[in-house]
Amino acid sequence: MENKNDQLPLWEVFIQKGGSPFKHEGSIHASDKNMALQNARDIYTRRGEGRLIWVVPSSSIAATTVEEEAEFFDPADDKIYRHPTFYKMPEGAKNI
Amino acid sequence: MTEEEKLKRFNALIEQDEKIEPKDWMPDAYRKTVLRQMTQHAHSEVIGMQPEGNWVLRAPTLRAKKILLAKIQDEGGHGLYLYSAAETLGMDRSEMIQQLHEGKAKYSQIFNYPTLNWADIGAIGWLVDGAAIVNQVSLQRTSYGPYSRAMVRICKEESFHQRQGYEIMATMMNGTEAQKEMAQDAMNRWWWPSLMMFGPSDKDSWHTQESMQWKIKRASNDDLRQKFIDKTVDQAYVIGLTVPDKDLKFNETSKHWEIGAINWDEFWNVVKGNGLCNHKRIAHHIKYHNEGQWVRQAVLAYSEKINAMQSATSL
Ligand SMILES: [Fe+2]
Ligand SMILES: [Fe+2]
Repeated sequence: MENKNDQLPLWEVFIQKGGSPFKHEGSIHASDKNMALQNARDIYTRRGEGRLIWVVPSSSIAATTVEEEAEFFDPADDKIYRHPTFYKMPEGAKNI
Repeated sequence: MTEEEKLKRFNALIEQDEKIEPKDWMPDAYRKTVLRQMTQHAHSEVIGMQPEGNWVLRAPTLRAKKILLAKIQDEGGHGLYLYSAAETLGMDRSEMIQQLHEGKAKYSQIFNYPTLNWADIGAIGWLVDGAAIVNQVSLQRTSYGPYSRAMVRICKEESFHQRQGYEIMATMMNGTEAQKEMAQDAMNRWWWPSLMMFGPSDKDSWHTQESMQWKIKRASNDDLRQKFIDKTVDQAYVIGLTVPDKDLKFNETSKHWEIGAINWDEFWNVVKGNGLCNHKRIAHHIKYHNEGQWVRQAVLAYSEKINAMQSATSL
Protein backbone atom coordinates (compact mmCIF):
# COMPACT_ATOMS: atom_id res chain seq x y z
CA MET A 1 0.00 0.00 0.00
CA GLU A 2 1.35 3.34 -1.08
CA ASN A 3 0.61 5.37 2.05
CA LYS A 4 2.12 3.02 4.64
CA ASN A 5 4.13 4.74 7.40
CA ASP A 6 4.41 8.10 5.76
CA GLN A 7 3.56 10.24 8.77
CA LEU A 8 5.93 12.88 10.11
CA PRO A 9 7.42 12.35 13.61
CA LEU A 10 5.19 12.78 16.66
CA TRP A 11 5.65 15.69 19.12
CA GLU A 12 3.97 16.38 22.45
CA VAL A 13 2.61 19.88 22.99
CA PHE A 14 2.71 21.83 26.27
CA ILE A 15 1.13 25.26 26.61
CA GLN A 16 1.29 27.89 29.33
CA LYS A 17 -1.46 30.36 30.02
CA GLY A 18 -1.25 33.20 32.55
CA GLY A 19 0.80 32.26 35.59
CA SER A 20 -0.09 28.57 35.47
CA PRO A 21 2.42 25.76 34.86
CA PHE A 22 2.85 24.38 31.35
CA LYS A 23 0.11 21.87 30.64
CA HIS A 24 0.17 18.93 28.25
CA GLU A 25 -2.43 19.63 25.55
CA GLY A 26 -1.97 16.79 23.07
CA SER A 27 0.30 15.92 20.19
CA ILE A 28 1.01 16.87 16.59
CA HIS A 29 3.09 15.61 13.68
CA ALA A 30 5.97 17.69 12.28
CA SER A 31 9.33 17.24 10.59
CA ASP A 32 11.27 19.75 12.75
CA LYS A 33 10.94 22.10 15.73
CA ASN A 34 9.79 25.10 13.73
CA MET A 35 7.04 23.17 12.03
CA ALA A 36 6.15 21.56 15.37
CA LEU A 37 5.73 25.00 16.98
CA GLN A 38 3.67 26.32 14.08
CA ASN A 39 1.44 23.24 13.96
CA ALA A 40 0.97 23.37 17.73
CA ARG A 41 -0.04 27.02 17.43
CA ASP A 42 -2.52 26.27 14.63
CA ILE A 43 -4.05 23.24 16.32
CA TYR A 44 -4.10 24.25 19.99
CA THR A 45 -4.20 28.07 20.22
CA ARG A 46 -6.70 29.34 17.66
CA ARG A 47 -8.61 31.20 20.39
CA GLY A 48 -5.89 32.57 22.63
CA GLU A 49 -5.48 29.40 24.70
CA GLY A 50 -1.95 30.46 25.62
CA ARG A 51 1.09 32.44 24.48
CA LEU A 52 3.96 30.09 25.32
CA ILE A 53 4.41 26.71 23.70
CA TRP A 54 6.84 23.87 24.31
CA VAL A 55 7.13 21.01 21.84
CA VAL A 56 9.05 17.83 22.65
CA PRO A 57 9.65 14.81 20.40
CA SER A 58 7.43 12.10 21.89
CA SER A 59 10.32 9.65 21.69
CA SER A 60 12.34 11.86 24.09
CA ILE A 61 9.85 11.59 26.93
CA ALA A 62 10.69 9.21 29.77
CA ALA A 63 7.65 7.99 31.66
CA THR A 64 6.81 5.89 34.69
CA THR A 65 4.99 2.67 33.90
CA VAL A 66 1.88 1.18 35.40
CA GLU A 67 3.71 -2.08 36.18
CA GLU A 68 6.33 -0.31 38.30
CA GLU A 69 3.89 2.13 39.80
CA ALA A 70 3.48 0.51 43.22
CA GLU A 71 7.20 0.01 43.83
CA PHE A 72 8.21 3.35 42.37
CA PHE A 73 5.94 5.46 44.54
CA ASP A 74 6.23 3.25 47.60
CA PRO A 75 8.72 5.54 49.46
CA ALA A 76 6.06 8.21 49.92
CA ASP A 77 3.26 5.89 50.91
CA ASP A 78 4.16 5.48 54.60
CA LYS A 79 5.18 9.04 55.46
CA ILE A 80 1.97 10.44 56.75
CA TYR A 81 3.94 12.92 58.90
CA ARG A 82 4.45 14.90 55.69
CA HIS A 83 0.84 16.05 55.99
CA PRO A 84 -0.27 18.78 58.41
CA THR A 85 -3.20 16.67 59.59
CA PHE A 86 -0.68 14.27 61.20
CA TYR A 87 0.02 16.77 63.99
CA LYS A 88 -1.98 17.28 67.13
CA MET A 89 -2.79 20.86 67.95
CA PRO A 90 -2.91 21.85 71.62
CA GLU A 91 -6.38 22.60 72.86
CA GLY A 92 -7.30 26.27 72.29
CA ALA A 93 -4.52 27.02 69.76
CA LYS A 94 -5.86 28.74 66.63
CA ASN A 95 -4.45 28.24 63.10
CA ILE A 96 -0.70 28.58 62.98
CA MET B 1 -1.42 -8.57 39.25
CA THR B 2 -3.33 -11.51 37.77
CA GLU B 3 -5.64 -10.99 34.80
CA GLU B 4 -8.58 -11.31 37.13
CA GLU B 5 -7.26 -8.58 39.44
CA LYS B 6 -6.60 -6.32 36.47
CA LEU B 7 -10.15 -6.75 35.25
CA LYS B 8 -11.43 -6.05 38.75
CA ARG B 9 -9.43 -2.84 38.95
CA PHE B 10 -10.64 -1.80 35.48
CA ASN B 11 -14.27 -2.42 36.41
CA ALA B 12 -13.81 -0.50 39.64
CA LEU B 13 -12.45 2.52 37.76
CA ILE B 14 -15.44 2.44 35.40
CA GLU B 15 -17.81 2.00 38.31
CA GLN B 16 -16.40 5.06 40.11
CA ASP B 17 -16.62 7.20 36.97
CA GLU B 18 -12.82 7.45 36.82
CA LYS B 19 -11.04 7.77 33.48
CA ILE B 20 -9.16 4.92 31.81
CA GLU B 21 -5.73 6.18 30.69
CA PRO B 22 -3.59 4.91 27.78
CA LYS B 23 -1.16 2.84 29.89
CA ASP B 24 -3.89 1.30 32.07
CA TRP B 25 -4.83 -2.29 31.55
CA MET B 26 -8.08 -2.63 29.60
CA PRO B 27 -10.01 -5.53 28.07
CA ASP B 28 -9.22 -6.07 24.39
CA ALA B 29 -12.83 -5.45 23.40
CA TYR B 30 -12.79 -2.09 25.23
CA ARG B 31 -9.60 -1.03 23.45
CA LYS B 32 -11.03 -2.08 20.11
CA THR B 33 -14.35 -0.31 20.63
CA VAL B 34 -12.80 2.97 21.81
CA LEU B 35 -10.27 2.89 19.00
CA ARG B 36 -12.96 2.23 16.40
CA GLN B 37 -15.14 5.02 17.75
CA MET B 38 -12.30 7.55 17.95
CA THR B 39 -10.94 6.87 14.46
CA GLN B 40 -14.45 6.92 13.00
CA HIS B 41 -15.04 10.23 14.74
CA ALA B 42 -11.70 11.63 13.50
CA HIS B 43 -12.39 10.57 9.91
CA SER B 44 -15.84 12.22 10.12
CA GLU B 45 -14.33 15.57 11.13
CA VAL B 46 -11.85 15.44 8.26
CA ILE B 47 -14.19 14.18 5.53
CA GLY B 48 -16.78 16.69 6.79
CA MET B 49 -14.57 19.51 5.54
CA GLN B 50 -15.32 18.53 1.93
CA PRO B 51 -19.03 19.39 1.60
CA GLU B 52 -18.36 22.78 3.24
CA GLY B 53 -15.19 23.41 1.25
CA ASN B 54 -17.40 23.16 -1.81
CA TRP B 55 -18.79 26.64 -0.98
CA VAL B 56 -15.73 28.59 0.16
CA LEU B 57 -15.14 30.17 -3.25
CA ARG B 58 -18.85 30.90 -3.71
CA ALA B 59 -19.67 32.32 -0.28
CA PRO B 60 -21.96 35.35 -0.79
CA THR B 61 -19.89 37.88 1.21
CA LEU B 62 -16.38 38.26 2.55
CA ARG B 63 -17.78 37.93 6.08
CA ALA B 64 -19.46 34.65 5.17
CA LYS B 65 -16.27 33.37 3.54
CA LYS B 66 -14.11 34.17 6.58
CA ILE B 67 -16.57 32.47 8.91
CA LEU B 68 -16.77 29.38 6.71
CA LEU B 69 -12.98 29.14 6.49
CA ALA B 70 -12.65 29.43 10.28
CA LYS B 71 -15.25 26.74 10.78
CA ILE B 72 -13.62 24.35 8.33
CA GLN B 73 -10.25 24.95 9.99
CA ASP B 74 -11.82 24.03 13.34
CA GLU B 75 -13.11 20.77 11.86
CA GLY B 76 -9.61 19.92 10.63
CA GLY B 77 -8.39 20.63 14.16
CA HIS B 78 -11.07 18.36 15.63
CA GLY B 79 -9.88 15.58 13.35
CA LEU B 80 -6.32 16.07 14.59
CA TYR B 81 -7.30 16.10 18.30
CA LEU B 82 -9.09 12.83 17.72
CA TYR B 83 -6.33 11.19 15.69
CA SER B 84 -3.90 12.11 18.44
CA ALA B 85 -6.28 10.65 21.06
CA ALA B 86 -6.50 7.45 18.98
CA GLU B 87 -2.71 7.28 18.69
CA THR B 88 -2.49 6.94 22.48
CA LEU B 89 -3.76 3.39 22.02
CA GLY B 90 -0.76 2.58 19.87
CA MET B 91 -2.23 2.64 16.40
CA ASP B 92 -0.12 4.41 13.79
CA ARG B 93 -1.85 7.25 11.96
CA SER B 94 -0.77 5.85 8.58
CA GLU B 95 -2.77 2.77 9.41
CA MET B 96 -5.83 4.84 10.28
CA ILE B 97 -5.62 6.67 6.95
CA GLN B 98 -5.09 3.41 5.14
CA GLN B 99 -8.21 1.93 6.74
CA LEU B 100 -10.18 4.97 5.63
CA HIS B 101 -8.91 4.66 2.07
CA GLU B 102 -9.66 0.95 1.94
CA GLY B 103 -13.17 1.44 3.30
CA LYS B 104 -12.39 -0.56 6.46
CA ALA B 105 -12.97 2.47 8.69
CA LYS B 106 -16.24 4.36 8.45
CA TYR B 107 -17.11 8.02 8.86
CA SER B 108 -20.48 9.62 9.50
CA GLN B 109 -23.00 8.86 6.73
CA ILE B 110 -24.07 12.52 6.72
CA PHE B 111 -21.05 13.68 4.73
CA ASN B 112 -22.04 11.58 1.74
CA TYR B 113 -24.80 14.04 0.87
CA PRO B 114 -24.01 16.87 -1.57
CA THR B 115 -24.16 20.61 -0.77
CA LEU B 116 -26.31 21.96 -3.60
CA ASN B 117 -26.96 25.57 -2.63
CA TRP B 118 -25.72 28.17 -0.14
CA ALA B 119 -28.51 27.34 2.31
CA ASP B 120 -26.95 23.87 2.61
CA ILE B 121 -24.05 25.52 4.44
CA GLY B 122 -26.59 26.99 6.85
CA ALA B 123 -28.33 23.64 7.23
CA ILE B 124 -25.04 21.84 7.92
CA GLY B 125 -24.00 24.26 10.66
CA TRP B 126 -27.42 24.36 12.24
CA LEU B 127 -28.51 20.70 11.87
CA VAL B 128 -25.36 18.62 11.36
CA ASP B 129 -23.22 20.48 13.89
CA GLY B 130 -26.28 20.78 16.12
CA ALA B 131 -26.65 17.00 16.13
CA ALA B 132 -22.90 16.52 16.57
CA ILE B 133 -22.93 18.85 19.60
CA VAL B 134 -25.67 16.86 21.37
CA ASN B 135 -23.60 13.72 20.87
CA GLN B 136 -20.29 15.33 21.82
CA VAL B 137 -21.58 17.02 24.96
CA SER B 138 -22.58 13.59 26.19
CA LEU B 139 -19.20 12.12 25.16
CA GLN B 140 -17.32 14.63 27.34
CA ARG B 141 -18.05 12.09 30.09
CA THR B 142 -16.79 9.08 28.14
CA SER B 143 -14.59 6.73 30.18
CA TYR B 144 -11.47 6.88 27.99
CA GLY B 145 -9.42 9.86 29.25
CA PRO B 146 -7.84 11.16 26.01
CA TYR B 147 -11.18 10.85 24.17
CA SER B 148 -12.98 12.72 26.93
CA ARG B 149 -10.41 15.55 26.95
CA ALA B 150 -10.62 15.88 23.15
CA MET B 151 -14.41 16.17 23.48
CA VAL B 152 -14.16 18.93 26.07
CA ARG B 153 -11.93 20.93 23.76
CA ILE B 154 -14.15 20.27 20.74
CA CYS B 155 -17.35 21.26 22.54
CA LYS B 156 -15.85 24.65 23.40
CA GLU B 157 -15.36 25.27 19.68
CA GLU B 158 -18.63 23.85 18.39
CA SER B 159 -21.16 26.35 19.60
CA PHE B 160 -20.07 28.97 17.06
CA HIS B 161 -20.52 26.36 14.31
CA GLN B 162 -24.15 25.85 15.12
CA ARG B 163 -24.85 29.54 15.57
CA GLN B 164 -23.33 30.61 12.27
CA GLY B 165 -25.44 27.97 10.50
CA TYR B 166 -28.63 29.09 12.20
CA GLU B 167 -27.78 32.69 11.33
CA ILE B 168 -27.48 31.77 7.63
CA MET B 169 -30.89 30.04 7.74
CA ALA B 170 -32.51 32.96 9.61
CA THR B 171 -31.06 35.49 7.18
CA MET B 172 -32.36 33.56 4.18
CA MET B 173 -35.80 33.14 5.77
CA ASN B 174 -35.87 36.95 6.04
CA GLY B 175 -34.91 37.36 2.41
CA THR B 176 -36.57 37.06 -0.99
CA GLU B 177 -39.05 34.31 -1.94
CA ALA B 178 -36.24 32.53 -3.83
CA GLN B 179 -34.01 32.61 -0.75
CA LYS B 180 -36.80 31.27 1.46
CA GLU B 181 -37.32 28.45 -1.00
CA MET B 182 -33.64 27.59 -0.94
CA ALA B 183 -33.62 27.49 2.86
CA GLN B 184 -36.69 25.26 2.98
CA ASP B 185 -35.22 23.02 0.29
CA ALA B 186 -32.04 22.60 2.32
CA MET B 187 -34.14 21.86 5.42
CA ASN B 188 -36.10 19.21 3.49
CA ARG B 189 -32.93 17.45 2.36
CA TRP B 190 -30.88 17.66 5.60
CA TRP B 191 -33.50 17.07 8.31
CA TRP B 192 -33.82 13.29 8.06
CA PRO B 193 -30.14 12.52 7.42
CA SER B 194 -29.32 14.64 10.50
CA LEU B 195 -31.66 12.53 12.63
CA MET B 196 -29.91 9.41 11.29
CA MET B 197 -26.55 10.72 12.54
CA PHE B 198 -27.36 9.37 16.01
CA GLY B 199 -27.30 5.85 14.59
CA PRO B 200 -29.85 3.04 14.55
CA SER B 201 -32.69 2.89 17.02
CA ASP B 202 -31.69 1.41 20.41
CA LYS B 203 -33.54 -1.80 19.73
CA ASP B 204 -31.45 -2.41 16.60
CA SER B 205 -28.09 -1.17 17.86
CA TRP B 206 -25.95 -4.06 19.00
CA HIS B 207 -22.99 -1.84 19.93
CA THR B 208 -24.92 0.32 22.36
CA GLN B 209 -25.33 -1.99 25.33
CA GLU B 210 -21.68 -2.91 25.83
CA SER B 211 -20.57 0.66 25.11
CA MET B 212 -22.98 1.96 27.75
CA GLN B 213 -21.80 -0.60 30.28
CA TRP B 214 -18.20 0.52 29.82
CA LYS B 215 -19.32 4.15 29.76
CA ILE B 216 -17.76 4.70 26.36
CA LYS B 217 -21.19 5.97 25.37
CA ARG B 218 -23.09 7.85 28.06
CA ALA B 219 -26.54 8.09 26.47
CA SER B 220 -28.44 5.93 24.00
CA ASN B 221 -28.92 6.80 20.33
CA ASP B 222 -32.66 7.36 20.76
CA ASP B 223 -32.29 9.58 23.84
CA LEU B 224 -29.72 11.78 22.13
CA ARG B 225 -31.86 11.96 18.99
CA GLN B 226 -34.87 13.06 21.06
CA LYS B 227 -32.84 15.76 22.75
CA PHE B 228 -31.82 17.12 19.34
CA ILE B 229 -35.38 16.98 17.98
CA ASP B 230 -36.88 18.87 20.93
CA LYS B 231 -34.28 21.59 20.68
CA THR B 232 -34.33 21.95 16.90
CA VAL B 233 -38.05 21.81 16.09
CA ASP B 234 -38.57 24.95 18.13
CA GLN B 235 -35.69 26.71 16.40
CA ALA B 236 -37.22 25.85 13.02
CA TYR B 237 -40.56 27.38 13.98
CA VAL B 238 -38.92 30.57 15.21
CA ILE B 239 -37.55 31.35 11.76
CA GLY B 240 -40.55 30.04 9.82
CA LEU B 241 -39.12 26.78 8.48
CA THR B 242 -41.37 23.75 8.12
CA VAL B 243 -40.11 20.44 9.48
CA PRO B 244 -40.54 17.94 6.60
CA ASP B 245 -42.44 15.37 8.66
CA LYS B 246 -46.24 15.17 8.33
CA ASP B 247 -46.44 12.93 11.41
CA LEU B 248 -44.60 15.33 13.69
CA LYS B 249 -46.62 16.12 16.81
CA PHE B 250 -46.09 17.40 20.31
CA ASN B 251 -46.92 14.93 23.05
CA GLU B 252 -48.50 16.98 25.85
CA THR B 253 -47.93 14.27 28.45
CA SER B 254 -44.27 13.51 27.77
CA LYS B 255 -43.54 17.09 26.64
CA HIS B 256 -41.54 15.72 23.71
CA TRP B 257 -41.90 16.07 19.96
CA GLU B 258 -42.78 12.75 18.31
CA ILE B 259 -41.51 12.16 14.79
CA GLY B 260 -42.67 9.90 11.96
CA ALA B 261 -40.77 6.78 10.90
CA ILE B 262 -37.11 7.17 9.93
CA ASN B 263 -36.18 5.57 6.62
CA TRP B 264 -33.47 3.20 7.86
CA ASP B 265 -33.11 1.64 4.42
CA GLU B 266 -31.72 4.94 3.22
CA PHE B 267 -29.33 5.05 6.20
CA TRP B 268 -27.93 1.56 5.61
CA ASN B 269 -27.71 2.18 1.90
CA VAL B 270 -25.50 5.23 2.47
CA VAL B 271 -23.45 3.47 5.17
CA LYS B 272 -22.81 0.60 2.76
CA GLY B 273 -21.32 2.98 0.24
CA ASN B 274 -24.22 3.84 -2.05
CA GLY B 275 -24.80 7.46 -1.03
CA LEU B 276 -24.54 10.24 -3.58
CA CYS B 277 -20.98 11.22 -2.63
CA ASN B 278 -19.32 8.18 -0.98
CA HIS B 279 -17.02 7.54 -3.88
CA LYS B 280 -16.20 11.21 -4.41
CA ARG B 281 -15.27 11.82 -0.77
CA ILE B 282 -12.79 8.96 -0.56
CA ALA B 283 -11.35 9.55 -4.03
CA HIS B 284 -10.72 13.18 -3.05
CA HIS B 285 -8.97 12.19 0.18
CA ILE B 286 -6.76 9.62 -1.55
CA LYS B 287 -5.83 12.07 -4.30
CA TYR B 288 -4.68 14.85 -1.98
CA HIS B 289 -3.05 12.48 0.48
CA ASN B 290 -0.94 11.03 -2.33
CA GLU B 291 -0.23 14.41 -3.85
CA GLY B 292 1.16 15.53 -0.49
CA GLN B 293 3.63 12.66 -0.44
CA TRP B 294 6.51 14.65 -1.98
CA VAL B 295 6.00 17.46 0.55
CA ARG B 296 6.33 15.05 3.47
CA GLN B 297 9.44 13.55 1.91
CA ALA B 298 10.93 16.98 1.25
CA VAL B 299 10.44 18.32 4.79
CA LEU B 300 11.91 15.14 6.26
CA ALA B 301 14.96 15.38 3.98
CA TYR B 302 15.32 19.03 4.96
CA SER B 303 15.19 18.31 8.70
CA GLU B 304 17.76 15.51 8.31
CA LYS B 305 20.07 17.89 6.50
CA ILE B 306 19.66 20.60 9.17
CA ASN B 307 20.26 18.07 11.95
CA ALA B 308 23.40 16.82 10.23
CA MET B 309 24.71 20.37 9.82
CA GLN B 310 24.01 21.20 13.47
CA SER B 311 25.74 18.11 14.81
CA ALA B 312 28.71 18.84 12.53
CA THR B 313 29.14 22.37 13.88
CA SER B 314 28.69 21.32 17.50
CA LEU B 315 31.60 18.86 17.27
FE1 LIG C 1 -16.22 19.17 14.63
FE1 LIG D 1 -18.39 21.61 13.94
